[in-house]
Order: sequence, then structure tokens, then C-alpha cells
Amino acid sequence: MSERQVELEVLRYNPETDKEPHFQRYSIACREEWVVLDALNLVKETVDPTLSYRWSCHMAVCGSCGMMIDGEPKLACKAFLRDYPGVIRVEPLAHFPIERDLVTVIDDFMAKLARVKPYLIPKEPAPANGEYRQTPAELKKFKQFTMCINCMLCYAACPEYGLIPQFIGPAAISLAHRYNQDSRDGGRAARQEEIAAAEGVWECSFTGACSEVCPEHVDPAAALQQVKIKSTVDWYQKHLMPWTKQ
Amino acid sequence: MSRVPYVRTIPKVRWFLRHPRYIRYMTREATCLFIGAYTLLMVWGLRELANGPAAWQAFLECLRSPASIVFHVLALAFASYHSITWFNLTPKALPLQAGESFVPDGVISGAHYAGWALLSLAILFLAGAF
Repeated sequence: MSERQVELEVLRYNPETDKEPHFQRYSIACREEWVVLDALNLVKETVDPTLSYRWSCHMAVCGSCGMMIDGEPKLACKAFLRDYPGVIRVEPLAHFPIERDLVTVIDDFMAKLARVKPYLIPKEPAPANGEYRQTPAELKKFKQFTMCINCMLCYAACPEYGLIPQFIGPAAISLAHRYNQDSRDGGRAARQEEIAAAEGVWECSFTGACSEVCPEHVDPAAALQQVKIKSTVDWYQKHLMPWTKQ
Repeated sequence: MSRVPYVRTIPKVRWFLRHPRYIRYMTREATCLFIGAYTLLMVWGLRELANGPAAWQAFLECLRSPASIVFHVLALAFASYHSITWFNLTPKALPLQAGESFVPDGVISGAHYAGWALLSLAILFLAGAF
């Protein structure tokens, strides 16, 4: 196992002493097969215990360690040092306020997630005997959108969210779409209030950046375009065929 | 300990210079300018047609100028780029499920290309090209 002297340039911000963030350079000996999160952990353990960042699972499941690595939204646990030959620039996720160092304020995303009701709203009472039944085809219809780990990389990549923070954004709308597509769910009308509004899908200009950076291949851009089409069909149905059931 | 979150600002006009993928996106958006200009040219042509045979002939002469030919080549290239990149994205917006599996992306975008070709042929036929 070979070692390499890794140069990390980390954006630091201490709300108690700093007026604005600044970069700090760390030089540490890392194993070639490590990820950026390993390097940060080594810095925290051996060089600078004040360095703050979120992480938990170290295996791209918890979605906590999202950060900008060389300007690209990445999970630090999935960004291999071998892919970054030069100085590695590490910054907090773009488009979110910085709480401290690499820790961002995620209140906005959490509030938006709650607004889209990302849970099953049963369309009929629970079956008296046994569970709700679903065919493999019905499951496959939405399975891709269940893979979201709420890491917020898509928000850091989305230029619309950066310019218009009111935009509900890729992950929250994809999760709403996931439940709308579920054969057991009857909550679409309630979710449309949020996701079919101006601050919902219509703020999306299909840049596609969200899908490019998604570590779980959820393809949020696809979900948003599908919601746009369904919402457009709703509008035409309401205005051209008002007698049909909405 | 008090919370004093730091908000980074984003340039409102030059935001797309921050990342190559944003530049790529804005380049594609800019192709619309040529499509828009071509539409205006069509409207101008219609007006000249309504103004009588002499005006129409002058308009046709104008179209034969080198500048006009360069513009048409550019507009065609940009319109093709815009259309092709759009058709390639259609499987994302219009997934079709048949049984358990989804119809392959190539079939969905291919159907759009086929529709494009058929409509183009129909227009060329109506224009008396055959």
C-alpha cells in the first residue's frame, strides 16, 4: 500500500471569530486508496481537532458528508484521493449557508422536504387481513426514486436553487414523485399544492446538473420533467375537459 | 454560542461561468437566439409575400446573399444541435413501462427522430420538393 503526501485546502469558518471564511492548507500522509473523508478524519485526529464536518456511515448510505471537492458536489466518503492528483480543495456544499467550517445549515431543505409530504398517504383503508399488495411492476415504477439519501448534492449542483432559494428543489420533488408513483398512495393532490406551484417544478430549467452529481443515480431531473408533464396534463384536463374526474 | 451562518453570494449575471456544465447549458440555451432570428426572418418573408411579386422577388434575392447563406447554415446547425440534445433527453421525461421493464431509451428518442423525419418529409412534400 503506497502512501502519498496529500495537500488539502479546506474552507474554514468560525462564526465566533471570523467575519468571512478563509482557506487553510493541511499536508498529511495518506494511503493511496483512501477517500477524502479519511484524509479529513486524519487531519482532525492528528493535526487540527477544531476542524468541523458532518459524517457518519463512511459508505455512501447516510448522506451526511456531502461537500464541494474541487468545485464538484461529492460525498467525501466516495471521493477517492487517487482521482485528485493535485491540491484538493474542500468547501462546504454550495448554495447552503455555512454553519462552521464544512458544516452547512440545512434547515431550508428539511422544511421543504416536510412540505412535499414524503410519506405514504394511503388511498384506501388498510386491508383487514394482511398487508398492502403490490406487483413487481408497480414497485419498479417508483423504485429508482426511493434511492435518495437526502445528501443534498443535487441542491449544491442546481444553478436554479443557487439563484432562487425558494425553489423546492430536486431531491424534495423527486421524493414527492416517488410517492405519487406508488400504487398504494392517494396523496398526489395534496403534494401538487407544493410541487406543481411556481416554486415547484416550474422553477426547474432542466440543466440536468442534479442527475449528473447524484451519487445514487436517482436521476432527479427525470422526476422533475415527469412531474411537469403530469401537471400540464392536469391543467389541460381541468380547463378543456372540466367534466372529467380530476 | 450563537449561530452566525455565513451566506456565500452568487453572481446574478455571470453565475454560469462557475462550472463547465453551466456554460454547456447556457450555450444550448443561446442556440434559441438563432431559432428566434430565423422565425423573424419567416415573418418578414410572409410580409414581403403579402406586399406583392416585386417585394417577394427582392426578398428572395436577399436570401441568396452570402451573409444570408452563412446565417442559414448557422441557424440550421444550432437548430439541429438543439433538437438532437432535446430528443436525447425525451426518455427522461417520457418513460414508458411495459410490464415490469421500461421501454429502452433508444426506442423513445428514436420515435421522436422518426416523427421529426416524417414531419420534415411532409413539409418538403407540401413545398413541392418532390
